Amino acid sequence: MDISKLHQDFPMLQQQMQGQSLIYFDNSATTFKPKSVIEAITKYLTDYTANASRGDYDLSYRVDQEYEGAREKVRTFINAAKNEEIVFTYGTTDGLNIIAFGYALQHLKQGDEILISVEEHASNTLPWFEIVKETGAIIKYIPLDRNGRITLENVQKTISDKTKIISLAEISNVLGYQVPIKEITKLAHLYDIKVIVDGAQSVPHKKTDVIDSDVDFLVFSGHKMCGPTGVGVLYGKYHLLAETNPTRFGGGSNARYQQNGKVILKETPSKFEAGTMNIEGIIGLGAAIDYLSEIGMDTIYQHEVDLRSYCVKKMQELDNLTIYNADSEIGPISFNIKNVFSQDAASLFNSHGIAVRAGQHCAKILDNYLEVTTTIRASFYFYNTEAEIDKFIEVCKKGENFLDAFFG
Amino acid sequence: MRFLDDPMFLRDIIMDHYESPRNHKLVQGDSTYYQINMDSATCIDNIDVQLKMEEDVIKDIRFDGEACAISTASTSIMSELLKGKSVKEAKAIIDNYLNMIYEKEYNPDILQEAIAFKNTHKQANRIKCATLGWIAVTKLIEQAKGEVNNHD
Repeated sequence: MDISKLHQDFPMLQQQMQGQSLIYFDNSATTFKPKSVIEAITKYLTDYTANASRGDYDLSYRVDQEYEGAREKVRTFINAAKNEEIVFTYGTTDGLNIIAFGYALQHLKQGDEILISVEEHASNTLPWFEIVKETGAIIKYIPLDRNGRITLENVQKTISDKTKIISLAEISNVLGYQVPIKEITKLAHLYDIKVIVDGAQSVPHKKTDVIDSDVDFLVFSGHKMCGPTGVGVLYGKYHLLAETNPTRFGGGSNARYQQNGKVILKETPSKFEAGTMNIEGIIGLGAAIDYLSEIGMDTIYQHEVDLRSYCVKKMQELDNLTIYNADSEIGPISFNIKNVFSQDAASLFNSHGIAVRAGQHCAKILDNYLEVTTTIRASFYFYNTEAEIDKFIEVCKKGENFLDAFFG
Repeated sequence: MRFLDDPMFLRDIIMDHYESPRNHKLVQGDSTYYQINMDSATCIDNIDVQLKMEEDVIKDIRFDGEACAISTASTSIMSELLKGKSVKEAKAIIDNYLNMIYEKEYNPDILQEAIAFKNTHKQANRIKCATLGWIAVTKLIEQAKGEVNNHD
């Protein structure tokens, strides 16, 4: 893959910050968009704006073609069996909430167990807190091993005959370890447990195959994979989506209804897509999938593995850093500069045009495990380069002079 | 170069107050102190600030919590500056400080060491840190004054 060529595809990578070339290492938060995605959105807005599945004219027909075309692209991208298993959402958080309130709420009862882990994002924790309140079900946390990993063995130990749901991120947004989802799913299905996968940090970075992994639900966001914000995907096995209630009701989701309150909903996926969806977002997501597929997900994965190991190796040569997940293959590098509060360090990076994130990364119950409340997170995408990492390393060295950010 | 324009001097002020914050640690079990917790979703800092008033005068300000250099040092300096001041004097200092932070006109003379934060706008996302303690004390003064007025 010719990286320097890809760089030109991203207008944001030509930008400056603090008067210097922008280096963007906050890809776990969101990613930049290639021109092809921006053009696809612009084209909808300038050439063929109309609502989807509504009108009886040519424009509307074209919108439907593009809208359903994007659904087909998503299906192929994650290797789902049917287009009906692909539901457009507003993002990962929305998808997890639909599963929690549309599926789990109807299927769980007092004493049933939901298994998650302490490294889940707030979006895969807080909906379950609500479901517990409503149903009397219980949350159990799968213990992390000494290195912070979720192992098949610990999942096995945590499962009981009350376990009904296991909901895990395939790649954590803080530690970046890969969870053995396929093996966990195989085990879970022996006990008739449903497996929900938060793919926000995995689908953008590695090949996803829902037939091979056999997961029951998978959710992810468009904006973390070169697509626009405000659009995401909920994948569910067809029979499970049939058993899932929509959490939003309105136009487009019903076949007919009567004054007495009787409603006949459409089938999945239409029953979940009430109201006018984020049409330009969905078309943009389709273009993003085209772009990623053109490069190839295996190529993307390998490039990120190489970048990360290059960066970790250089960081380990410095004696002023603490790295919390050096041994992770992919995903963000979580670290601190010794004796510098994470947010002060982030400002130092900012003053050199480098975007990194400081904080708890929306995983606020992970503190006890790391024994540190906040970290800096550097997260890569395929458009990052070794030259950028070299500049980042130079700034790491300046750690103790973090007030340079204000007085440099 | 004027003393207060020397960046080395200004950064030393911040480091000094960060490493040895004044009026640090809260007073426990004293109901004459007003207390507030400042925690926000976008800023990692989480600090508690206490204020003790007598008549119209600020008798004591205390703070504690987990916070970055910018919010720790700015709160420490604020606590020293405002102690012993009347509400009116304190309000003038706070207004001038916020004017400085937001690049408006201000009087540097009454800000003393707080002048060290005049470059905060260079790292605009840190304005929240540099104002956290100052907003806390403003809220506490309003609270204290509100209660006095209610007694009238």
